[in-house]
Amino acid sequence: MKINRLGIAAIALAAVGALTLSGCAGGGAATPTASSNAKAIITTNGSEPQNPLVPTNINEVGGGKIVDAVFAGLVYYDAKGAPINDAADSIKSDDNKTFTIKIKSGLKFTNDEPVTSSSFVDAWQYGALLSNAQLGSYFFENIEGFSYDEDSPLTGLKVVDDTTFTVTLTDALSDFPLRLGYSAFYPLPAAAFKDIAAFGENPIGNGPYMLAAKGAWKHNEKIDLVVNPAYDGGRKAKNGGLSIIFYANQGAAYSDLLANNLDVLDAIPDSAYGTYEKDLGDRAVNQPSAVFQSFTIPARLAHFDGEEGTLRRAAISMAINRDEITKIIFSGTRTPASDFTSPVIDGWSDKLKGADVLEFNAKQAKKLWAEADAISPWTGSFQIAYNADGGHQGWVDAAMNSIKNTLGIDASGAPYPTFKEARTLITDRTIQTAFRTGWQADYPGLFNFLGPIYATKASSNDGDYSNPKFDALLKKGSTESDLAAANKDFQAAQEILLQDLPAIPLWYANVTGGYGTSVQNVKFGWNSVPIYNEITKG
Amino acid sequence: MTGYIFRRILQAIPVFLGTTFLIYFMVFAMPGDPIVALFGDKTPNPAVVAQLRAQYHLDQPFIVQYLIYLGGIFRGDFGLSFSGEPVTAILARTFPVTARLAILALLFETFFGILVGLVSGLRKGKLFDASSLAVSLILISLPIFVIAFVGQYVFGVWLGWARTTVSSGAPLQDLILPALVLASVSFAQIVRLTRASVIETSGLDFVRTAYSKGLSSRRVIPVHILRNSLIPVVTYLATDFGVLLVGATITEGIFNVPGVGNTLYQAIIRGEGPTVVSFVTVMVLIYLVVNILVDLFYGLLDPRIRYVK
Repeated sequence: MKINRLGIAAIALAAVGALTLSGCAGGGAATPTASSNAKAIITTNGSEPQNPLVPTNINEVGGGKIVDAVFAGLVYYDAKGAPINDAADSIKSDDNKTFTIKIKSGLKFTNDEPVTSSSFVDAWQYGALLSNAQLGSYFFENIEGFSYDEDSPLTGLKVVDDTTFTVTLTDALSDFPLRLGYSAFYPLPAAAFKDIAAFGENPIGNGPYMLAAKGAWKHNEKIDLVVNPAYDGGRKAKNGGLSIIFYANQGAAYSDLLANNLDVLDAIPDSAYGTYEKDLGDRAVNQPSAVFQSFTIPARLAHFDGEEGTLRRAAISMAINRDEITKIIFSGTRTPASDFTSPVIDGWSDKLKGADVLEFNAKQAKKLWAEADAISPWTGSFQIAYNADGGHQGWVDAAMNSIKNTLGIDASGAPYPTFKEARTLITDRTIQTAFRTGWQADYPGLFNFLGPIYATKASSNDGDYSNPKFDALLKKGSTESDLAAANKDFQAAQEILLQDLPAIPLWYANVTGGYGTSVQNVKFGWNSVPIYNEITKG
Repeated sequence: MTGYIFRRILQAIPVFLGTTFLIYFMVFAMPGDPIVALFGDKTPNPAVVAQLRAQYHLDQPFIVQYLIYLGGIFRGDFGLSFSGEPVTAILARTFPVTARLAILALLFETFFGILVGLVSGLRKGKLFDASSLAVSLILISLPIFVIAFVGQYVFGVWLGWARTTVSSGAPLQDLILPALVLASVSFAQIVRLTRASVIETSGLDFVRTAYSKGLSSRRVIPVHILRNSLIPVVTYLATDFGVLLVGATITEGIFNVPGVGNTLYQAIIRGEGPTVVSFVTVMVLIYLVVNILVDLFYGLLDPRIRYVK
């Protein structure tokens, strides 16, 4: 789960300024560039990492962007999300339970320490240990020996020789190799464990980039990365380095892009949704990303359990006009959902059985609601809780109006001032309304959108959904030997979700971004982050 | 005089203790668990949360947390932010940036504000006076973010005369535009204060006496009129300097200034107790010092309010 939460408070206000000024936006004419400069530094937006730069402790985009550039894991993901070997030579398994991993020989960290199988095993052991309290520790929970109750070594990790190690899982997991590109699985040099705090400030990696110097991380300002000449994998940089500038406010970053102070921006502020395509022309980017947004109706709410609940959930889903909201509130920067995952993930489908429940259908919604009323008459009002510091009010109000007008019931948003307040009430189950939920994939696999959220007793199953048939299909998918077969099971599992609707799918967030006139070959990856190593600057 | 300063400093101690206690209590009482929020929309395992909570002493009762924090302060340890950086380092990094911005803004508003106000006051009812009143009215009524966005767009994006945001290290030339924006509102206030005060003073007996003694207006205006008109302006400037020093959240956000306001805002949103309390404590200290200085400065301007004892 990578969190993307920027200070948004001032951005709504920015709309006023942007609107009055949009008339005078002069698109700077692109000057044709000569050959690109391999030494050129690309400037891009980022945010101050919320944690020290230790890969197992990174769970938000600010730090994620940096460690992804500085470290090379066993695999990396291409633009489409397909895994490609980076440090790994081969990852093999006969039963999806025990994996034999061979790494390339001759790899080095930037302090000249060799990258060996111990670099991976030690890093994973560190990340998994309870007392190290790493935010990404849950990534190791399927490896034998993992425990949330006490400090216990991962007995499932065994070093065979300098370039080979084996991983034994507690249960078969067909998508385990796919997960290995996530930052929690990056290797660490032995130097890291001598003083992990100092390492988090000045990380030493094996990736396409490295820190420009000791202290290159200027807190709250920027971090400067230069090309790591020793890296020779598939992500070899075609530029001279990255300067990631931290913005507390996306509006400031957007102004910098317009003024050509910034080369690449991966987050257009809400206030510029209406104008950025005009401002940037063909340098504007708007494509679906691996972010799924929904709201969850816990079964413990009155009227939302059993037969009655199923009818009401479907009615509410069909009462929301997703097309209109994505068009008007989000200016086309969201794509209406047709499943529980994301179109950028292999195995996504918009042809699932029962997906018509996600289409606006006022007549059917009224009919289902009336059927539910026949079981037990509706009382009270329908509310969605959301955090007011995240720019959610617009769509919540629009969706609630849509429900109110279609079903003729009282429906409204229930704002909580801060993200942490809303999240705390959700995790300790004291919240008595439906609530906003969202998921940004850790790795490009269907399972990541389903298992952690809807499996019985799963960690992020905040609505306490449980359906044995769904669990069985997830399990079946995880033991399939082939990813295509696994995806079939996961699709079937989603068809159950479309009937039960533990959460109401709303839309996929698009990645919106843009780039300046002096850079070329800007493409965004499956995870909404620009593929920096491919960018050239002339 | 020294006795007076000494008493004022002694008074600052209970104020300091009281504010840290109150602020710490308020941060503590803020609803929601900052550790849970660290995991985003993902629900963390309770064991990991418990570990992290212990690490930041969040598992202790309020009074213990406060005493641990207070004990740290006296050893020069203001605690750690969630990103593992000592809060003292954050303070040392952000306050100089904001101070530079504040001083620059203060210079702009003082110089232009007093100059325009003085001319307006001396030429009451003339064209210059009318137009300066109109401009100041517009500046006062515009919210600062509008001025900031318009300034950023016109001078940064459109004309390209200034950088749209402040670059790393916050060099002085990058701070000019945000400082002008910050100064604009106070500039309008100072113009009005100075003008009113100058008009009032010009009508007083001692000014008439000065002129009738045969003094030239080159001497009367700065020495007799301006000096005696400055007390309300100085009061305003001092409080304004305090306000500027504790950070201008909106302006710093728009121009991406890595200063106090921006950092404090982020810390409040994240619920980073030690960072919030330390920042506010330093702000309180700044206010105390500025207030003492203002009280002393009054004496220089007007001998009647000198502290004799």
